[in-house]
Amino acid sequence: MSATLQNLVNQPYKHGFVTSIESDVAPKGLNADTIRMISTKKKEPEWLLEFRLKSYEAWLKMEEPIWPNVHYPKIDFQAISYYSAPKQKPKLKSMDEVDPELLRTFEKLGVPLHERMALAGVAVDVIFDSVSVATTYKDKLAEVGIIFCSMSEAVLDHPELVQKYLGTVIPPSDNFYAALNSAVFTDGSFCYIPKGVQCPMDLSTYFRINTEESGQFERTLIVAEEGASVSYLEGCTAPAFSSNQLHAAVVELVALDNADIKYSTVQNWYAGDEKGVGGIYNFVTKRGLAKGVNSRISWTQVETGSAITWKYPSCVLLGDNSVGEFYSVAVTNHYQQADTGTKMIHIGKNTRSTIVSKGISAGHSNNSYRGLVKVAPGATGARNYSQCDSMLVGQNSGAHTFPYIQVANNSSQIEHEASTSKIGEDQLFYFAQRGIDAEAAVSMIINGFCKDVFQQLPMEFAVEATALLSFKLEGSVG
Amino acid sequence: MIYPDSKIVLEVRGLCATVNGTEILKGLDLTVRRGEVHAIMGPNGSGKSTFSKILAGHSAYEVTGGSVMFEGQNLFDLAPEERARAGVFLAFQYPIEIPGVINSQFLRLTYNTVQTHRGKEELDPLEFDDYVREKMKLLEMSPDFLERSVNEGFSGGEKKRNEILQMAMLDPRLAILDETDSGLDIDALRIVANGVNQLANKDNAIVLVTHYQRLLNYIVPDYVHVMEAGRIIKTGGKELALELESRGYDWVGVEHKAVAGAVA
Ligand SMILES: Nc1ncnc2c1ncn2[C@@H]1O[C@H](COP(=O)(O)OP(=O)(O)OP(=O)(O)O)[C@@H](O)[C@H]1O
Ligand SMILES: [Mg+2]
Repeated sequence: MSATLQNLVNQPYKHGFVTSIESDVAPKGLNADTIRMISTKKKEPEWLLEFRLKSYEAWLKMEEPIWPNVHYPKIDFQAISYYSAPKQKPKLKSMDEVDPELLRTFEKLGVPLHERMALAGVAVDVIFDSVSVATTYKDKLAEVGIIFCSMSEAVLDHPELVQKYLGTVIPPSDNFYAALNSAVFTDGSFCYIPKGVQCPMDLSTYFRINTEESGQFERTLIVAEEGASVSYLEGCTAPAFSSNQLHAAVVELVALDNADIKYSTVQNWYAGDEKGVGGIYNFVTKRGLAKGVNSRISWTQVETGSAITWKYPSCVLLGDNSVGEFYSVAVTNHYQQADTGTKMIHIGKNTRSTIVSKGISAGHSNNSYRGLVKVAPGATGARNYSQCDSMLVGQNSGAHTFPYIQVANNSSQIEHEASTSKIGEDQLFYFAQRGIDAEAAVSMIINGFCKDVFQQLPMEFAVEATALLSFKLEGSVG
Repeated sequence: MIYPDSKIVLEVRGLCATVNGTEILKGLDLTVRRGEVHAIMGPNGSGKSTFSKILAGHSAYEVTGGSVMFEGQNLFDLAPEERARAGVFLAFQYPIEIPGVINSQFLRLTYNTVQTHRGKEELDPLEFDDYVREKMKLLEMSPDFLERSVNEGFSGGEKKRNEILQMAMLDPRLAILDETDSGLDIDALRIVANGVNQLANKDNAIVLVTHYQRLLNYIVPDYVHVMEAGRIIKTGGKELALELESRGYDWVGVEHKAVAGAVA
């Protein structure tokens, strides 16, 4: 470490508290020094520190968004600690030490045994050699020139790529939480698919992060060069716990000419208890830039967790003939609140977008779809098809749809369909009369309702997602 | 057909039931033995569908008195799905639509669930496809109905056929057909009735709820019951249906009151 750097980090913090470089957790609160500390800790290049500081400046001038249809107490951003060294999940020696409730959940979800152990935090080397799995995986990708690593590693090993694309799809000033993330993000994933390469497997964060608690401010960047394609999976169906209540991730995708990025998410963060106590606030900014001609960005999400979700995976269709897709299932139960949807921004000619959104609300929950379809003057021949269906389970839940359509040329074609349905007692009685219990019936109805989205998921994910949904809605009908 | 010494499938004694606080069934008695076909007739609103749904376990109805034994077991000890698995089948007067659920998948789930509970083999999708197509032939149903959502957009008659298809698959001990004939055209009536006749055997029993003699021309009942105001007030042979057809229901009520008066 250089002398200046050393000085810098050992300097007492201006606002009256002192942190030593050995400390693994930053004191609560956010100021320019906290950001310098994060950057120093991570041995980041100067340009990234500047990026962070500029983001911080922008953030200071911004207001928390109040337009989403969700309600929660005001967040005290000075009460959050913005850095802690990557934590290992506590290692358990055997399955006997695992919380039986968690095991029951895995059982229900049909998570394979070895994965259950890994997810529950049982030392994975007991079951399989995780290092060797990860290595085979890495070798295979390296052979074709794909870079898939943590954001921290990418910043150090491929700074020129990160610098070229970071913040180009979601500028720090985009919104309050994107600005905050840009200032303080600690880690995330980086993925680069070189020209003409079809990624030989679905890329999953699962192997990469299963021993670490995932960060509070994750930052993900995926770049597909000309003619490249990749399918990326985020999250898993197993319940994810976190010691942080606020999660504000940013995901940026860039697809160049003829490139194709498919991004699938299963989100099952802790949702709070049946009375609505606790649970994660999940305020996420995800956007894909279909930069090149004929490029394609496809989002598929299954949102089941978090107390509050605020998330609009979007596509900016810049290249001519580019395609944007959004397939979403959002389930809320108990007192969960979700305000989710997408934005399709048509800029290039003959750009096409598809939106299929399925919202399921049970218990006392509130589920809103919010979507924007915007067609710029130059986007001649643009087409959009949107379908937004809501399903209500029980008497006390709410479903809302807020579609916004802005069209600035008359050669485009926009179609919007919407429906609301309900799982009725008579439907369940009909199933029961044919020997099928309520749980299996709900699962079948929900599956039917969601099938247009599920069929977009990679096979394994789809099966797990099905089980997850039934599990989430268990006991909410009848 | 009436078999001597045949076992009792269903024994209803003094059944009383309410819905939303209103009394609908007021002391209903009925005994059904294996091999028999019973027809229940009676004016609109007399409680025929209520009775059928109570047997199947619909939660909207509250049983306030009496007992129902099914195959020697207290029927009310069983949840609705357990009754179905044990062999109680109700063909609905108004079959329920289930949008989004593919008929073939629904049929296979119900078939396999019931089979499993009877300790029999499940069928995989291919085997099931063969099986169900065979059953559909019996009812002259087009295989196209397999790919549609359950009952969604089916015509009245198509829904009824889909009900009898399920009866054919599930091989019930006790089949209650609630106005399966209404909504069927003349050809369909014959086809569905033939289907039902082929399913009837000495080990099961059928209860037909109907308003019309024409169904009973095809499925000949061993007993005909008249229901009125939540009770069975007269029982006879197949001739009773013919008499009802020509004379209506009024005289039955009058006769019943006279008899009741004489007893009292
Ligand atoms: N859920 C309910 N709420 C209120 N009243 C009900 C309910 N279900 C049934 N009833 C009433 O109970 C009575 C019996 O109805 P039910 O459907 O059993 O008659 P039914 O004999 O089958 O008549 P139909 O020949 O017209 O089919 C009717 O007066 C009906 O309005
Ligand atoms: Mg009726």
